[in-house]
Amino acid sequence: MLLIYCPHCLESREEEEFSYGGEAHIARPLDPENLSDEQWGDYLFFRKNPRGIHHEMWYHATGCRRYFNVTRNTLTYEILESYLVGTEPQITEVGV
Amino acid sequence: MKQKNRLVVFGRTDPNQPINFTFNGKPYQGLLGDTLASALLANGVNVVGRSFKYARPRGIVGHGPEEPNGIIQLGSGSATVPNLKVTQVELYEGLDAKSVNGWPSVNIDVMGLVGAFGRLMPPGFYYKTFMYPKKLWMTYEHFIRKAAGLGKTPTEADPDTYEKLNQHCDVLVVGAGPAGLTAALEAGLTGARVIIADEQSEFGGSLLASTQPIDDQSSTDWIAQTVSAITAMPNVQRLSRSTVFGYYDHNFLTILEKRTDHLGINSPQGARQRLHRVRAKQVVLATGAFERPLVFAHNDIPGVMQASSVSTYVNRYGVAPGEKLVLATTNDNAYQTAIDWYNSGRVVVAVVDTRQATNGPLVSHVKDLGIEVLQGYGVIQAMGSKRVRGALVAPLNENGTKVTGPVEQLKCDLIATSGGWSAAVHLSSHTGAKPIWDDAIVSFRPGISKQQERSVGACNGTFDLAQGLLEGALAGSEAAQLAGFGDGQVKRGMPIVNTLEEQAQQALFLIPHTLPSSRAPSQFVDLQLDVSAAGIELAVTEGFESVEHVKRYTALGFGTDQGKLGNINGMAILANALGQSIAETGTTIFRPSYTPTTFGAIAGRDIGELFDPERYTAMHRWHEQQGAVFEDVGQWKRPWFFPNQQETMHQAVNRECMAVRNSIGILDASTLGKIDIQGPDAAEFITRMYTNSYLTLAPGKCRYGVMLKEDGMIFDDGVCACISDNHYLMFTTTGGAAGVLAWLELWQQTEWPELQVYFTSVTDHWATATITGPNARNVMAKVCDDIDLSADKFGFMDWRDGTVAGLAARVFRISFTGELTYEINVAANYGRYLWERLMAAGAEFDITPYGTEAMHVLRAEKGFIIVGQDTDGSMTPTDMNMDWVIGKKKTFSFVGKRSLERSDCLRDNRKRLVGLKTLVPTAVIPEGAQIVNDPHQPLPMAMQGHVTSSYFSANLDHSIALAVVKGGLNRMGEIVYCPAADGSSIAAEIVNSVFYDPKGERQHV
Repeated sequence: MLLIYCPHCLESREEEEFSYGGEAHIARPLDPENLSDEQWGDYLFFRKNPRGIHHEMWYHATGCRRYFNVTRNTLTYEILESYLVGTEPQITEVGV
Repeated sequence: MKQKNRLVVFGRTDPNQPINFTFNGKPYQGLLGDTLASALLANGVNVVGRSFKYARPRGIVGHGPEEPNGIIQLGSGSATVPNLKVTQVELYEGLDAKSVNGWPSVNIDVMGLVGAFGRLMPPGFYYKTFMYPKKLWMTYEHFIRKAAGLGKTPTEADPDTYEKLNQHCDVLVVGAGPAGLTAALEAGLTGARVIIADEQSEFGGSLLASTQPIDDQSSTDWIAQTVSAITAMPNVQRLSRSTVFGYYDHNFLTILEKRTDHLGINSPQGARQRLHRVRAKQVVLATGAFERPLVFAHNDIPGVMQASSVSTYVNRYGVAPGEKLVLATTNDNAYQTAIDWYNSGRVVVAVVDTRQATNGPLVSHVKDLGIEVLQGYGVIQAMGSKRVRGALVAPLNENGTKVTGPVEQLKCDLIATSGGWSAAVHLSSHTGAKPIWDDAIVSFRPGISKQQERSVGACNGTFDLAQGLLEGALAGSEAAQLAGFGDGQVKRGMPIVNTLEEQAQQALFLIPHTLPSSRAPSQFVDLQLDVSAAGIELAVTEGFESVEHVKRYTALGFGTDQGKLGNINGMAILANALGQSIAETGTTIFRPSYTPTTFGAIAGRDIGELFDPERYTAMHRWHEQQGAVFEDVGQWKRPWFFPNQQETMHQAVNRECMAVRNSIGILDASTLGKIDIQGPDAAEFITRMYTNSYLTLAPGKCRYGVMLKEDGMIFDDGVCACISDNHYLMFTTTGGAAGVLAWLELWQQTEWPELQVYFTSVTDHWATATITGPNARNVMAKVCDDIDLSADKFGFMDWRDGTVAGLAARVFRISFTGELTYEINVAANYGRYLWERLMAAGAEFDITPYGTEAMHVLRAEKGFIIVGQDTDGSMTPTDMNMDWVIGKKKTFSFVGKRSLERSDCLRDNRKRLVGLKTLVPTAVIPEGAQIVNDPHQPLPMAMQGHVTSSYFSANLDHSIALAVVKGGLNRMGEIVYCPAADGSSIAAEIVNSVFYDPKGERQHV
């Protein structure tokens, strides 16, 4: 069970307080109506599934009810950082 | 009662406290301090079970969680516990145990016949034999399971209670052997919060059975002194009979504490077991090692035991499990067992050492005692059937791969074997660390872990006692320092241990026979599952290469012992057959649980009514008093229907439905999700989330909306009311409330943070009574005098603030029945008062409380959908004939809009919502039924859709159903069929989905 640091509450809390929010940093197209089905489908359905560093959203469902981003190593389940939505991750490679 | 194998030196057992017990129906006596295993051995019980596949008689081999054979069922009835190991069951008065394998008894087993034909059952036997014909597999499986099977699960509820405890600590020490004790002592001295857990009844680990002095005192005296020093520290929590069985992410570990199992089958007081869920800053693993048995022909005959286990029974329990010992070894360490046996006064026939020449101090000591040592010899086969009668020994070549001389027989009844020690790297492996093979110690070592942990002592491959004590002390102080306590320096002086030097062991995993493995009598690797060396070699000849595949093909390590004895030998034999090293072959991955864990402990108190929280409305007690039958809607308990005396559900629901249409009904609608939305951008935000627009919605008005996921599929629906400028109240489905709130937060926080809008869940703040039916206004008029109730002043889809039954209320004219409806919301605490006042006011109109079933029927009569029942996450608004709810003129693309234009959403033959009217009016189609055009079409039939809602409508006097049918809107009037499992089918006509009041006039009055 993960121990997740909430950058809003400024505390590490048990995983059961959170729910997973999927991959982070997916930009919603500004003009969906002018995209082809294929382009829209890419945004809608395709997600990364990396072996290693993954930036993902978490929702502090039973806490502050706010979303934030987490950099997690999918191989070791290490959580390397938590950071606010709208900011960039510090860690983008394993070991960096 | 005489215990023929009980020695005069009693070890840790108490001769003054005899304990009576029964095994397989026969009475025996043991002593306080015995395990069931030591008590059975004291009584000379040889056969404790039958093997899984060949039903060969089996005896006790080990003394701990590694035991593969002594698997028993404890007690009977509701408290019975299956699949316990005799080595881990402490003896208590009246204990009643039975072997799990063996029918009709362990001594006469008809399945033993199969054993005689063992060679006919190679690995994969079941797959190979019973694959075809496929249909018969179910039959085969039944008999195979009956013949093999382990214990029986109890058929009644467990009478005991179990608990869970969440704990935090600075340092968790796993194992209270020598290294664990020094680690806990040093960590404790820093003031850190320490938990030390050990699976045995008392602390000390291997030292409890050791004759090795420490600091000029006996090892047990040293334990007592160290434990008392630990006990004196209030910051150290000691858990005995507590197995750390799982090591999960981020230093989360689980401990199963058996609080009362040693006192009896039922807990005399309090919880029987307790599950500790521990988040530790630092972990010290001191889990010890398992001795590796030697693999030779018929090494499964009762009387073949682990050398360290023989020593443990002699030294700790005062039990000698035999008379005449042959010790088979590849190392110096096991010579101690010959010394212990000699000191117990029984006969050591010989020590059979596979090494050509050794002369270490232990070896010399044994020779000095006059014991014969056969060097360069191996025990190649055990003789006997239900008990060892002799050992066949033969000279071996230097590598131990070939028999080089004549075979002779030694008469004995006990063969103790040792192939060296395997570090117990299990918990370290749970963290994802890959064990590393080390030829120097002939064992795996723990790999590099991402967790805050370190291994010390034998589980780290440090088998020397003095080294282990030091490693533990260093790790204890280091772990404490990393957790923020102490300076990392060891505080106590190290105890003085005079360990004897040992010479190099031989890495030997299979003792050769005069015949090749494939033709020699079975050389067992995994005793519990009857995996032999020949079986592993056969798997290789059949093309298996990966250790993980061989494990699954042969079932190596699949038993309740999880291969604690057999795995390393098995992997080494596999490596040899593949012609590669053990390091190249690798090991299978250890996963939790380390030892079997009861479901009771995992469930704890979260059973019965505490399984999941239950939510009650403010009127719940009134419903109960009226005899309502409840149904679960999410966590809510909602009245399903209110039966009068003797009424069936069907009768009650019919009565409730007709009351609503003919006079008035009342529904507790408090459970509907309610989200208060405020902020300057509230209307804009809501408009982006619903398919229709709320920008023009004025205060006092309501609008029905449908919410889509970004893929265009319906996710939730409900009414949203404008309370005032910048203030809205959104109603969600009962089950969808939390999901909708998270969905709103997601979009506001991550996509449109510039929109100023805030969400608050107010579901529990309001109690809602819905009165509906032609007399609703008449009742309303009796309890409310400050709202103009006339149709033109307070119309359909309006809401008003006012006073109802003297209470401040919000009243909404929204309708889920199609009738004139008032939804009256008051502060939750007044819910029951409001309800009772409405019941009193409605009495003259025979106001009728109705439940969710009548609610479903009434809305189905109107063709109103229920999200999650008529939709399933693959339905667009168009599929539900709700194009009218999609705003065409919205300036901003709402969530899901683009997806509605995807080619798949525009397909002609998408399933569309229709009504079904059965040709036989009383026939109610089962919900979920498939729809076909021709019930006589050969299988597989062409599916046209399925039924989503189906009821008998008392108001219409015929059955009604909602269904989704491919291209359904173009098929009005066609007859379709719903086949049932019994071959019959129900014919129905496709009709409009609105059955009642199709123009919707009744709700507008």
